[in-house]
Amino acid sequence: MELDYSPADEAFRAEVRAWLAEHVPDPPLRSVNTAAGFAAHREWERELAAARLAVISWPECYGGRDASLTRWLVFEEEYYRAGGPVRVGQNGLFLLAPTLFAHGTTEQLDRVLPPMATADQVWAQAWSEPGAGSDLAAIRSAAARVDGGWLLSGQKTWSSRAAFADRAFGLFRSDARAEKHRGLTYLMFDLRAPGVTVRPIAQLDGEPGFAEIFLDEVFVPDADVIGEAGQGWRVAMSTASHERGLSLRSPGRFLAAADRLLRLWQHSAVAGRDALGERVADAWIAARAYQLHTFGIVEALEAGGTLGAEGSLGKVFWSELDVSICETALDLLGPAGEVSEPDNPWPRGGWPRSYLFSLAGPIYAGTNEIQRSVIAERLLGMPR
Amino acid sequence: MRFALSQEQRQFGAAVHELLADADVPGAARAWADGDHAPGLHVWQALAKAGVTGLAVPEPYGGLGAGPVDVVVACEELGHHPVPGPIAESVAAVPVLLGALPAARGPEHGSVSEWLAGLADGELISTIAIPPSLPYALDADVAGLVLLADGGRAWLASARARLTSIDAARRLFEVEPTDAVAADAGPAVAAALRLGTLASAALLLGAGRGLLETAAEHARTREQFGRPIGAFQAVKHALADVLIGLEFARPLLYAAAIAVGHDAATAARDVTAARIACADAARRAARTALQVHGAIGYSDECDVSLWLAKVTALSSAWGSQAEHRATVLAALAEPDTGPWS
Repeated sequence: MELDYSPADEAFRAEVRAWLAEHVPDPPLRSVNTAAGFAAHREWERELAAARLAVISWPECYGGRDASLTRWLVFEEEYYRAGGPVRVGQNGLFLLAPTLFAHGTTEQLDRVLPPMATADQVWAQAWSEPGAGSDLAAIRSAAARVDGGWLLSGQKTWSSRAAFADRAFGLFRSDARAEKHRGLTYLMFDLRAPGVTVRPIAQLDGEPGFAEIFLDEVFVPDADVIGEAGQGWRVAMSTASHERGLSLRSPGRFLAAADRLLRLWQHSAVAGRDALGERVADAWIAARAYQLHTFGIVEALEAGGTLGAEGSLGKVFWSELDVSICETALDLLGPAGEVSEPDNPWPRGGWPRSYLFSLAGPIYAGTNEIQRSVIAERLLGMPR
Repeated sequence: MRFALSQEQRQFGAAVHELLADADVPGAARAWADGDHAPGLHVWQALAKAGVTGLAVPEPYGGLGAGPVDVVVACEELGHHPVPGPIAESVAAVPVLLGALPAARGPEHGSVSEWLAGLADGELISTIAIPPSLPYALDADVAGLVLLADGGRAWLASARARLTSIDAARRLFEVEPTDAVAADAGPAVAAALRLGTLASAALLLGAGRGLLETAAEHARTREQFGRPIGAFQAVKHALADVLIGLEFARPLLYAAAIAVGHDAATAARDVTAARIACADAARRAARTALQVHGAIGYSDECDVSLWLAKVTALSSAWGSQAEHRATVLAALAEPDTGPWS
């Protein structure tokens, strides 16, 4: 049993650290959930791609470096340690791309991945509907068969940054008579195609980070079906664990947050500061536990295993940890805990918004209630 | 990086588990609590044959000279079942203490080497008090070797008053020093405290597993309102939280074992972090297992009581949670044990 990165991984770390030190924007970019901020983040992705750092775990032919999962963890540690910008392409990079690698055709990979890596095409997810949240398989948006493709009609909602993105992916009901989980098809579509209307929705912090998507007989060619028609649920679920754990929320993110919290505590003069020490210690312990647990998952995956219901353990863990870190930070800020950027400059003024966003963690990527039921039923054998 | 147990280590853990599963450990623990040590000592003899008691004893004395990871693998199973007796003391702390004493340079050095050989072959069970974290000697009435270590010194000790632990299977004794064993034993005592604390964390994690398995089995079979209670979301979610706690404590435990094995700068920090997480996870498991069982869980005849008492007692021994959190916090402020190290 070993716990050391290889010299080659450490050399890669040094390269990444040096590059980030020179390139990470300071002051930070504007919020990715605004039009201007979205554009700035797209530019940042282009810089990352030019340094071949945008998608290191992908094959070289798509702009990657064929990096192992372990090396990807190194990248993530350095990225969050350096305070790198939010990855504006994250829905495509961490949700769609793994699905394409598992189920896409060569033609799809060749067409979709290169512009995704350079953020020339930014992808939005189109999962939820007004009547289908946790019960995702209840979706009603339809894909009607026509010559050479499909006509999409219906409504998607809570789609992150769809008002600014280029394309979207999601599940559509292609066979109304089939059983609920069958008869679904996984499709990609152009957010600017005729028949698509996107309406931004302001989030808790007032910014238009959500959108709803109205589809009125939007034509999608057969080439944009992922996997087989009618197999959409299976295709989507086969990579859902990646969203819940490994790829969307890497350990480096929480180690960096715990580190920032520690420094906040060390420099805090707020009344009651000493009493918060235990929560600061617990935050680091949990972030370290998440990192180590991920090492174990990577070990299992590289030995040929798959990530199943175990992904739900991590999803509950990191989302609760995130809330806890942000709550402790607000307590350490005292009265300044309510004063947000720009009136309270980064990094201190970043905490109030981070707190709001942390509260979304137990909801998105499958609510923690859904995850706990998955854990109990699939890992502990509880009756359904 | 290879953060996974080897096949040999997994097989060893499975072998200890099978040995204990067939040994009526709950019966032995109840007898031990009543002062009848015979069934428990029988289990200890079987563990000695399997190599468990000699894991941390250096090879020249007949031990396996195994690393902390192997000790953790074994102790998790010993907590899982839950074996009575001074495990963290006799399997972890004392062998490390004696093995690190200047007097233990070779088998020709008298009693220390005899004690080590006795621990390895199972003839000897030992216990130790290391105040202030570990003020009482566990099961000093059954141990053939009772030690007291304080600061840089180690003594032979004799048992005085017996104290009542919340875990009736833990028979605690105040001890007084009799003969000096070593005067310049600071590093040896520190190493003993470290491995003992690590072993206590492994015992807690194992106990948490035992509690979760028992509670899950009860939830699958106990019916109320015409359904197994495990079909209710409130029960499902409580059990899921127990599993999450245990699954994220375990990697901290193994990382700490690796750090101790390499004598890394972060070893003390990592051991205390593991101990905090394991005790918290075990406490959650205990409380949830009791809640899922309902009234029968609160009865002495239900095995939940064995683990629950063990978890309660072990969470206070080998340093309190507050003490360990203070240790972690202090370590994080130092350059070579900071958050990224």
